[in-house]
Amino acid sequence: MTKMLTDARAIRIKGRSFLAVVLAPDLPFDDWLVRLDDLAARSAGFFLGRPVVLDVTDLPIDRAQLKELIAELAGRSVNIMGIEGGRPSILGPGMPPALKGGRPVSDEAVAKEPIIELHNSEPKPSVPEMRPTLQSIVIRDPVRSGQSVIFPEGDVTIIGSVASGAEIIAGGSIHIYGTLRGRAMAGSLGNASARIFCRKLEAELLAIDGIYKMADDMAPGLRGHSVQLWLEGDSIMAEKLI
Amino acid sequence: MGKVIVVTSGKGGVGKTTSTAALGAALAQRNERVVVVDFDVGLRNLDLVMGAERRVVYDLINVIQGEAKLSQALIRDKRLETLFLLPASQTRDKDNLTPEGVERVITELKRVFDWVICDSPAGIESGATLAMRHADMAVVVTNPEVSSVRDSDRIIGLLDSKTMKAERGERMEKHLLLTRYDANRAERGDMLKVEDVLEILSIPLIGIIPESMDVLRASNIGAPVTLADARSAPAMAYFDAARRLAGEVLPITIPGEKRGIFGKIFARRAA
Ligand SMILES: Nc1ncnc2c1ncn2[C@@H]1O[C@H](COP(=O)(O)OP(=O)(O)OP(=O)(O)O)[C@@H](O)[C@H]1O
Ligand SMILES: [Mg+2]
Repeated sequence: MTKMLTDARAIRIKGRSFLAVVLAPDLPFDDWLVRLDDLAARSAGFFLGRPVVLDVTDLPIDRAQLKELIAELAGRSVNIMGIEGGRPSILGPGMPPALKGGRPVSDEAVAKEPIIELHNSEPKPSVPEMRPTLQSIVIRDPVRSGQSVIFPEGDVTIIGSVASGAEIIAGGSIHIYGTLRGRAMAGSLGNASARIFCRKLEAELLAIDGIYKMADDMAPGLRGHSVQLWLEGDSIMAEKLI
Repeated sequence: MGKVIVVTSGKGGVGKTTSTAALGAALAQRNERVVVVDFDVGLRNLDLVMGAERRVVYDLINVIQGEAKLSQALIRDKRLETLFLLPASQTRDKDNLTPEGVERVITELKRVFDWVICDSPAGIESGATLAMRHADMAVVVTNPEVSSVRDSDRIIGLLDSKTMKAERGERMEKHLLLTRYDANRAERGDMLKVEDVLEILSIPLIGIIPESMDVLRASNIGAPVTLADARSAPAMAYFDAARRLAGEVLPITIPGEKRGIFGKIFARRAA
């Protein structure tokens, strides 16, 4: 079990929005499923009741392989609400609908249109999007077990502790002036420069830009300390603040 | 207008019913008019702990459904004339506990009593959220162990979001009552420390009730521990907690330790 923890390739999950978690599998699927099981075992209930989008961009797989993967996931109670980045040739009836997460679903050989467009039935004019200025929110109370603070627009600052069983999901960085006992997911919309800061680290789960670390993966020397965490490549780095 | 208190915890079996009865009887002994209300429909216990199980005719559901008047359902304690019980139904479905019905009953009780103490069922389902809905203040009952503390934290979140007070944008007054505190286990380090529980939950403490056979003895004779044996350690801790609920400021002592908790903290700072 612990061998999986040192596997260089992390399970990549992206908190695309508070509505869905995006899973990006890689080949071979058997190995990936083992790592997924390991993650699920250590984060009990993480996928339960959460809609999941499967991102299969650039995977050289055929329809049968995709079907099998969906069945494997269904067997783990991971319900796929949509498939992203799948060429129309590998999608088909009886499968979750294709989603367009920013990029167009394209397939040279077949039609240029996705099978189903969930977001909008009107074709969107391709006007370059204006990036809104980054925002921030400040929460002055402790975040209690069972509560989620979801702020895709920018940074989250908590003046107080984040309880075991609570979660903070931020598009930007997360600052916790208290003890982090629950989950913190920074850069959830795909921001590798987001960081997590906390006055006392006791976290159940940490994530930056979709790269996850569970409590067991964290260096024991960091527990109980003031810590900052950031991303270098596919690794979460950590350093004591004081 | 009386004050409405919800006694709640999330986790089951931590001492809500015991505490409701003990605090109710303690406040009634100060000559204040008290009603304890059992919200645990289908699993009622408060009547047993109060020793009134043979006197239940009508219950909360009967009143809500209009089958009985409130005055018919209220049971006066045989020992304390200012103490009353509104029992839960053991047989009716808990769906009969409607939000409108609960609001009507609580409003009426507040007019007559100084204290309306609601014994919440465990869990975070409708029974628990209805019991807290109209509260002015909450007593969060917690045992010094991890799962109880986490459930209490969850309940505090609900108190701050699902109650009338929260919806009006007001702040719910919350008090921590640490129960079943075992001094021997604390010494061995088998229990969470008081300071740790306080740090995690960050709400003010109104009392630490020791684990004690006196509680079982009291419930066996059908009396709140503050009536059964007023000199016992748990009774004295409940009396102090009741005084703090009523607004008095008293130092808190950890059972089994001589100095007060604040004395202890100061002593360490000075060292
Ligand atoms: N301080 C104490 N010392 C010893 N036993 C206690 C103490 N407090 C409660 N108990 C015992 O623990 C058990 C559960 O108590 P109680 O019924 O008050 O809990 P509860 O939170 O109301 O439970 P439920 O969630 O089922 O309603 C009872 O048997 C009670 O006698
Ligand atoms: Mg009870």
